[in-house]
Amino acid sequence: MQDIVIIEAGRSERHYWLDLWRYRELFRVLAWRDLSVRYKQTVIGVLWALIRPFLSMLVLTIIFGRIAGLPSDGNAPYALMVFSGMLPWTFFSGSLSGASNSLVTNSNLISKVYFPRLIVPIATVVVAFVDFLISFGIMVLLMAWYQFVPDWRILLLPVFVAFAFFASVGPALWITALNVKYRDFNYVIPFIVQFGLYVSPVGFSSSVVPEKWRLLYSLNPMVGVIDGFRWCILGGQSALYLPGLAAGLGVTAFFLWFGVRHFRKTEKSFADLI
Amino acid sequence: MTDAVITVENLSKSYLVGHVSEKRGSHNNATLRDAIARGARDFTRKAADMLRGRQIVQGDEVEEFWALKDVSFEVKQGEVLGIIGRNGAGKSTLLKILSRITEPTKGRVLLRGRVSSLLEVGTGFHAELTGRENIFLNGAILGMTQREIHNKFDEIVAFAEVERFLDTPVKRYSSGMYVRLAFAVAAHLEPEILIVDEVLAVGDAEFQKKCLGKIEEVTGHGRTVLFVSHNMPTINRLCRRCMLLDGGQIKIDGAAQAVTAQYMVSDTGTIAAREWPEGQRPGDEVARLIAVRVSQHGQISESVDIRYPVDVQMMYEIFKQNANLISAFSFFDSQGVLLFVTGDLNDLEWSRPRSRGVYASACRVPGNLFSEGVVRVVAEVATRQPVYQIHVLEYDSVAFQVVDSGEPGSVRGGWGRPIPGAMRPLCEWQTAKDQGEAGFHSIRVSA
Repeated sequence: MQDIVIIEAGRSERHYWLDLWRYRELFRVLAWRDLSVRYKQTVIGVLWALIRPFLSMLVLTIIFGRIAGLPSDGNAPYALMVFSGMLPWTFFSGSLSGASNSLVTNSNLISKVYFPRLIVPIATVVVAFVDFLISFGIMVLLMAWYQFVPDWRILLLPVFVAFAFFASVGPALWITALNVKYRDFNYVIPFIVQFGLYVSPVGFSSSVVPEKWRLLYSLNPMVGVIDGFRWCILGGQSALYLPGLAAGLGVTAFFLWFGVRHFRKTEKSFADLI
Repeated sequence: MTDAVITVENLSKSYLVGHVSEKRGSHNNATLRDAIARGARDFTRKAADMLRGRQIVQGDEVEEFWALKDVSFEVKQGEVLGIIGRNGAGKSTLLKILSRITEPTKGRVLLRGRVSSLLEVGTGFHAELTGRENIFLNGAILGMTQREIHNKFDEIVAFAEVERFLDTPVKRYSSGMYVRLAFAVAAHLEPEILIVDEVLAVGDAEFQKKCLGKIEEVTGHGRTVLFVSHNMPTINRLCRRCMLLDGGQIKIDGAAQAVTAQYMVSDTGTIAAREWPEGQRPGDEVARLIAVRVSQHGQISESVDIRYPVDVQMMYEIFKQNANLISAFSFFDSQGVLLFVTGDLNDLEWSRPRSRGVYASACRVPGNLFSEGVVRVVAEVATRQPVYQIHVLEYDSVAFQVVDSGEPGSVRGGWGRPIPGAMRPLCEWQTAKDQGEAGFHSIRVSA
């Protein structure tokens, strides 16, 4: 069977998703490349992935738990609560900032070879996911330290990992595509990431938010993700606010649809604009 | 149903280019007020563009530029088609559309078969990764499966002659090794349609020969190849059919020999000085070419006396701090044969990294070296370290006529007939008579 390709203005690939599948090896290789060059020429290498979240956890625990004296979820140790919120947050911020720069840093590929461009930003999400797994190792150690035993809810964690993935991919694709055209977004991302850390319930429990604002607050999809993580990891200590979760899912679905649509619409002109 | 594997119908592609309008063309705005007013105007225009989702164009006059216009042709199974033309004729745009990197503005292309394009050697090479890792990375980027690469791995390594350095990061490679490795991966692609841009102009002569051999081998296997080159002998050797593009349109399409001959004739117009206005300067984000000129005895001249040195100069701007660059000129004769390349490699003072700024480099070619006829100059600015990378390669720079007036001082002496050869260096001749073996010695001593 011969491949027939028709190139026309404004014509989107008929087999786009099939093509994406066909290029899965490239996806794997790019993710592998990003991972393997990550800590080249550093002394402590992959330890960086351990030290950074650990230190941030310490700082947030001291500021919010000790100095501000905010309550934890139920009887869970404050540090554990902070860390279970930081897991999805660092994954989210890592994939958002990695993906949004990915097309520009790979401009040499974009302007010289064809492949479904979606591969590049998604491959960087894999890098963030590996960091997430490493952090998860710290989480396990922390739980052992506090002698905290999770219950059956931990089995639902993968569902919220997927939620975190989709919550970051949607906005990431949208901003990635915009960043190719308008480099202003290079400056917006670090700001979102920094700001978001304090706006999202990372250093504190979302139960400290007044009840009447709670639904509005949950429009930030990371609220639902973080609450979900805490619910899974801290067991019965953290309650799940269902209307907020639904709102977060809705916003995530919208951004995912919007991000993919915008990306696909502009993808063909990337090589001309980059 | 035709047996055409590539069908191109009325293909057009336009770009938006911005100009800085004449009256405000100078960079030094007269007053601060002017500068602020201009900044505000730029901002409102860009913001408006962004709100409408349009592309931002620098400059205050936006013009539509047609890089390709109504191009139609067909390529049959197994055909090797050469594509030639000046810089800016639309060759690269055509290849980019056919490789699906960019979308046409109008028109339609039908491709039957798996397409691989090779617009650059070493696309996606990562300096931190080892040679071995880069083979897999580059192979995947060019569309090979990991299995294919595995099967051909030894062949690729042998072709590149880098066995000993497989586990060294490529940033420690010499530029020759780097290019060889990059080409070796590309040479083992096995698509049904292969699209190749000027990639043979790399490596030393020995390696180029090997590359040409490989390409010939590929074309011999019934594969369809589109091949862009500035090197006419290569086009003639590899292709039977050739297409000349000019101003985004097909000017001639026919037998390679005829088309290249016609191109050389039409292209031998001489021009001694060339300057590119801002916005059209050849180059990239590291360096851009501003001007090239040819002079003799301090005068810009399209025709030079064969007996005296020729000064070739270029002016270029460096945008990147601490770039370790070389500037070089290549000289081609009217047949498209490369006479020689010279670069400021032996200028030790400038072999260190250069700061940002506008540079002028001059090269003096000794007298009595060129042959008579037209010499075309190709200007190049490239990074020499850590990885050889071309920033400017301007084929369409200057050309001059070398004239031997027959006056004393040239190789010609009193000889009235043509002297063949691509070069005509003044060699020292001595003759001794009736001295036996001693004759050789007496000549050598005096030399």
